Amino acid sequence: MEMDWYLGLSAVLFTIGVIGVLTRKNAIVIFMCAELMLNSVNLTLVSFSAQLGDVHGQILVFFALCVAAAEAAVGLAIIIAIYRNNLTVDVTKINLLRW
Amino acid sequence: METYIFILFATLAVAAAVGMITSRDTVNSALFLVLNLISVAGIFLLLKAQFLAVVQVLVYGGAIMVLFLFVIMLLNLSDEEQMLSKFSVRYAVGFFLGVIVLSQLLYAIASVTGTLPQIHPEMERIGTVETIGDALFTVYMLPVLVTAILLTAAVVGALLLAQRNIRGKVDK
Repeated sequence: MEMDWYLGLSAVLFTIGVIGVLTRKNAIVIFMCAELMLNSVNLTLVSFSAQLGDVHGQILVFFALCVAAAEAAVGLAIIIAIYRNNLTVDVTKINLLRW
Repeated sequence: METYIFILFATLAVAAAVGMITSRDTVNSALFLVLNLISVAGIFLLLKAQFLAVVQVLVYGGAIMVLFLFVIMLLNLSDEEQMLSKFSVRYAVGFFLGVIVLSQLLYAIASVTGTLPQIHPEMERIGTVETIGDALFTVYMLPVLVTAILLTAAVVGALLLAQRNIRGKVDK
């Protein structure tokens, strides 16, 4: 099994995440698309680590997982705070900082 | 055999991702994301990264997605019908930019295709908990401790952000 199939799968997943962020309006779905992109980059790191036989790529994935967990907690708290103020999570209706 | 398992997991992952960004219900999106994360964990197993596959299922598929589902439940979003209804310029532009990103990534991959090697034979030993734990608790001791501080700060920050009256006002 060649490595470039894994890289291609990772590219496709990343692109689906980008399209989701650009087209969806629900803030929670946008957040989930960001998680999808993080995960596809993790797949790239693991496949290069497997190809080189090097443990450092997997350690970087481990720290990326920790940062993703922290980011998910803080981001969801921000979404809850926005919902308390605006009673919506539709990002086209949240326009306080928009001209 | 390995190729067939890869095709199975890759199809499952891509289909779940597409289902996530097209489904109208937020709960369905979250469950599709769980399916996607678990199939990516299967691909990690194919790459012989056993520890990361288990961590992916536990942390991503378990903890983070439970957090997402709790928030979706807490917000009780019912007005979902306008989120993905009519065609507009926004979808066209988003899809166009996505195609540009995909073509750039695939172009970068295609320039090295055929030259990449197979899975390294050392990988049976490297993907295990022993090797990763050995590296984490000797060379990467300081980053692990900083990660602990980061997670504590994230928990405290999330509590502070999500509490009801941030400025200490009593809301009537």
